[in-house]
Amino acid sequence: MIDRPGKATRNGNDILLETQGLTKIFGGLTAVSDFDLDIHKGEILSLIGPNGAGKTTVFNVVTGIYRPERGDVVFKGRMITGKKPHQIIVAGIARTFQNIRLFPDMTCLENIMAGQHCRAKAGLAASVFRTPKMRREERRIRQVAEDRIRQVDLWAFRDELAKNIAYGSQKMLEIARALASEPELLVLDEPSSGLNPKETEDLMAFLQGLIREEDLTILLIEHDMNVVMGISDWVVVMDEGKKIAQGPPVEVYNNPEVIEAYLGKEEEGGEDAGPASH
Amino acid sequence: MPVNTNSTGSARTLSVPRWIMPMLAGAILLIYPFLVSDYYIDIAFYFGIYALLGLSLNIVLGEVGLFDLGHAGFYAIGAYVTAILNTRYGIPIFVLLPVSGLAAALFAYIVCSPIIHLKGDYLCIVTIGVGEIVRIALINNPFDLTGGPNGVFGIDFPRIGELLVIDSSLEYYFLIWAVVGLSIIGLISLQNSRIGRAWNCIREDGIAASASGIDVRYYKLLAFVLGAGLAGIAGNIYASKLMCVSPESFSFWESCLMFCIVLIGGMGSIPGVLIGAAFISLFPEIFRPFAMYRMLVFGSVMILMMMFRPGGFWPRKRGGVSYRSLMEDSGD
Repeated sequence: MIDRPGKATRNGNDILLETQGLTKIFGGLTAVSDFDLDIHKGEILSLIGPNGAGKTTVFNVVTGIYRPERGDVVFKGRMITGKKPHQIIVAGIARTFQNIRLFPDMTCLENIMAGQHCRAKAGLAASVFRTPKMRREERRIRQVAEDRIRQVDLWAFRDELAKNIAYGSQKMLEIARALASEPELLVLDEPSSGLNPKETEDLMAFLQGLIREEDLTILLIEHDMNVVMGISDWVVVMDEGKKIAQGPPVEVYNNPEVIEAYLGKEEEGGEDAGPASH
Repeated sequence: MPVNTNSTGSARTLSVPRWIMPMLAGAILLIYPFLVSDYYIDIAFYFGIYALLGLSLNIVLGEVGLFDLGHAGFYAIGAYVTAILNTRYGIPIFVLLPVSGLAAALFAYIVCSPIIHLKGDYLCIVTIGVGEIVRIALINNPFDLTGGPNGVFGIDFPRIGELLVIDSSLEYYFLIWAVVGLSIIGLISLQNSRIGRAWNCIREDGIAASASGIDVRYYKLLAFVLGAGLAGIAGNIYASKLMCVSPESFSFWESCLMFCIVLIGGMGSIPGVLIGAAFISLFPEIFRPFAMYRMLVFGSVMILMMMFRPGGFWPRKRGGVSYRSLMEDSGD
């Protein structure tokens, strides 16, 4: 099940993203405290933990939506702490959101084209006068977007408004938009929430295909234990803002501390406890 | 823009080829002034001014979804820059056309930089304040420049030496509609560029836009600066047409009218803005005989519109990116 390079190189030093002593405080609540995380190139890392453990906060700090009180985020050896979201995506980290955030009144293709925004340069004058360079760039943006929309099997809906397509399709569209920014690290916040078993299976196959075919690393928050066990190379468990365990999926799965914090008392077949409710 | 044989148009769907409408509108605008009296040419001139103002506010309100109820302030800056520089220093109006646009744009940049992060209604209230501050400052006659409540008189005609002097209703009519036409072409280009898409993304979801790599602050400011610049240009033409400017022309009511233009037409829709501007500028003329009930009818129309066509008369149709393929395989 886990025979991919991620695990083999786990001890190597090809770290793509690293957080050091990350701390985020909201008022009197310490959402994340002294959190260390390292993601290696080419692996799928799952961040799990009970609701309110601080997973999404970690994501928001990494992708620049929050600024941490303490600690640093290092991506490809460079500090990106405190950078704005639009700068983070240029650096090569693209994300999706827990509750889908698309541009509802724009077409699916336009949604994906937005992902290419950070890879294009045309300014005001070039756009008004439609210079040859700008036209070439537009063709490229469109080409990338069309490739990505085919990749997630939504070609038929390219001119449909994003708000009109099915929920599962919207999730895939959001992933496609993130991919259109040509990221090195894809950060997915609960990609399988709200999907039916068949869609979840497709999603898992899709993500594994991505890792295989593209130079990509994936960090995901996930509640569905089948997904976590099925595709992760490494699992990090959070509770109350702290890291309580990490390791290969099977190891984490049997860790008594994790079972206590995350799965509660339902250790017998209760692995899917929680995903349905938020 | 393909302007060739008319046999290629797909008659399969109800929608006509998309260049027909602009061509028709252009032709009507070209012939119209030769068929009517100066009075009606002037009405069409003010239609043009409102169209330009509507287009300028449409960038901010329609494309980016920022509530700007102080747009008359930018319009005023353009008009007063023209009036003061022309009457005091004799700078030709044509030179001041870009200057007044740039002045209004610069003003927008300075006042909007600190408030651009405000959301929705908060921004709306601050822009109302900006508009009112401009108007009241003009009344207070700072440095003896603005002439207080009386305003500035004796603004010249736009002219290039003696070669071209724009001094008749007909010429003003063509001046404003030439500017409107060029603005429309530029704005359509922008709508179909990464800048236009970035604006729409911000309107749809600011956080997602930011996470998709769009510098939200920069593009919001750009919209304000560009919108103010166009309003400033409208101010320049308005000032030289009227030959005088006074603060009462740039009241809060003017800002409201511009807001209505965009809402009536449909947010982010250029044909919509033209319809809205036509409604706002022609409506008082049509209802002149019933002047007493004008506002009553106006109010009722607005309410009915909001009830039955909340998206405006001509909302922007999406799907422009692959319009051709859409026409071929699914017609709609």
